[in-house]
Amino acid sequence: MIGFQLTRRARPSRAMQWLSPILAVALTLVVGLAVFAALGQAPARAFHAFFIEPVSDANGIAELLLKASPLCLIALGLAIGYRANVWNIGAEGQMYIGGAFATGLAITFQHDIGMALLPLMIIAGAIGGMAWAALTAFCRAQLKADEILVSLMLTYVANLVVKYLVYGPWQDPQANNFPLTVSFEDNALFPLLASLGWSWFDGTRLNLSIFLTLAAIPLAWFFVQRTFMGFKLEVGGLAPGAARYAGFSARGTVWVAMLIGGAAAGLAGVTEVAGPLGQLNDRWTPGYGFTAIIVAALGRLNPLGIPLAALLMALLYLGGEAAQITLQLPKAISLVFQGLLLMFLLGCEVLINFRVKRVARPAPAAAKT
Amino acid sequence: MSGSLTPLVASALAAAVPLVLAALGELVTERAGVLNLGLEGMMLMGAVASFMAAAHGGGLGAGVLAGIGAGAAGALVFAVLTLSLQASQVATGLSLTIFGTGLSAFLGRDYVGSRARATFDDLPVPGLSDIPGIGPLFSLNAVGYFALVAIVAIAWFLYRTRLGLVVRTVGESPTVARSLGMRVARVRYGATLFGGAMAGLAGSYYALAQFKMWQEGLTSGNGWIALALVVFSTWRPVRVAVGALLFGGVTAMGLYLQTIGIQVSTFLLASLPYLATIVVLIATSANEQARRRNAPAALGKPFFDGD
Repeated sequence: MIGFQLTRRARPSRAMQWLSPILAVALTLVVGLAVFAALGQAPARAFHAFFIEPVSDANGIAELLLKASPLCLIALGLAIGYRANVWNIGAEGQMYIGGAFATGLAITFQHDIGMALLPLMIIAGAIGGMAWAALTAFCRAQLKADEILVSLMLTYVANLVVKYLVYGPWQDPQANNFPLTVSFEDNALFPLLASLGWSWFDGTRLNLSIFLTLAAIPLAWFFVQRTFMGFKLEVGGLAPGAARYAGFSARGTVWVAMLIGGAAAGLAGVTEVAGPLGQLNDRWTPGYGFTAIIVAALGRLNPLGIPLAALLMALLYLGGEAAQITLQLPKAISLVFQGLLLMFLLGCEVLINFRVKRVARPAPAAAKT
Repeated sequence: MSGSLTPLVASALAAAVPLVLAALGELVTERAGVLNLGLEGMMLMGAVASFMAAAHGGGLGAGVLAGIGAGAAGALVFAVLTLSLQASQVATGLSLTIFGTGLSAFLGRDYVGSRARATFDDLPVPGLSDIPGIGPLFSLNAVGYFALVAIVAIAWFLYRTRLGLVVRTVGESPTVARSLGMRVARVRYGATLFGGAMAGLAGSYYALAQFKMWQEGLTSGNGWIALALVVFSTWRPVRVAVGALLFGGVTAMGLYLQTIGIQVSTFLLASLPYLATIVVLIATSANEQARRRNAPAALGKPFFDGD
């Protein structure tokens, strides 16, 4: 009888740490092509429509960056927490509340404050995300409740808070009862790159917020690699006993990790409502907060790997939308691919810590009673 | 006054049944030391599978079997990744939820909004079901009665059978279990598949008994609430029932308040189950000693047989 046997490696394989994500992506693509074939679509044509066409022109690349930007931002924040073993699953809700804070500022003051509004909205968004994350941090750090479930529950609540706002006090009086706010004025929106003179981006929706993300990448790297706080978080995740012995506060770790994740998610929320959305409405549930978890995993929680992972995920999103139009497939198909990718990632990780061998096993002996 | 409480009890029971099923399944899984966060995804897969099976003329039997099968299939993927390939249980569970959510939305795309073709009808016990107050307890449908039986059966299984003892040993210390000759991986596979099957059954309840239709995200986070329920119940089956009833009551409170004329924002009411879950989590985590005493000691920790 042929079986597989795992033996633990003495040291994690460095080669596999790079290879396993690539292998996982390849496996996902293979399965994807098989799915397309099963759905009656010619695989090559489906592959082309899903992955190549969406980025074949300037508009496509702009849309890719527009989607990758919030994913990258949130994932950078979440990864810092995950390295410290703080599992913030509620980034989606923190994004909603961050966006809501910025919206509140915009619709209240956009006719009164001029150019200063947008920076204030950015700050408000970060504060909003941090405030929502603080609820989870409090429950975990002070009350010892599991942060996975609490942050998830708060995501559902955040969604309802947004619904309440756009169906109620913040509803545009001229919207015929549709659940949305007034559209933001120019001073409450991120300027389009095209309007700033980058003519290559003419006609695209790419805006200034991409620089927020670009700035976040080296900041995240610096925080993790060069600051004492980042060091404390790392140790807290790798060796909690050692961290305690060294006097690193476990509670402090939870607070910092959650607040960083919340701030990143809140910022991503502002870039959405003050960017492509231009308002707050109840249909804004892009799932970036959850996809960012996969981006963080795919990028191996590394501030340099995450941007690449974000681009790949954005491509999956775009492909899903393209498939909806050209291949008549439902948008949910990109969730299927995301879940599949994460599962393959997790499965391929076995190669990092274990050696896999094919062995001939003798027929099992009679079971003990 | 108890006469007007009866509808509240009825809807609380209806909301509690799927929570009981999913939580009992997860309880067995966690007793074996496995933390399955993919419950929500497996419930959705069970819901869409049972809806589709019924829609294609299979009737209730095929619907239920399809739901159970879909949940178990999801659990099988989870088990292979975590038990055989040593992947993180938390991350794998999350990936199953994302995958199950997406796959169910994808498969159910043509069925959104349509009515279930086969549904569970209530089977009232004559006489008992008319008792004011607790009457609805005797007016459940087949799945509801099964849930009642399951509570007792699982309690008996865990505490009075040898296999139940094996399951609990594996969850407390797989190393000790292994040295006693128990097949840890096999036991965990079984417990995980059982949990997935129950989650799938809970999903088919939503599709064929409670809502009697399909739409994306039909279970609206109840898989997560079931997970919190297991913690709330300190891993004991009878307490799962009590907790599920409380949660069912919170969920049903909204409709009830409206029927007696109290106007509350629908969004606030909709958020009550989630807020209640948080309160419950805080309450049960406050006494860390009790939790550590009651939780299976090896919960969530991977076990590699070659170490």
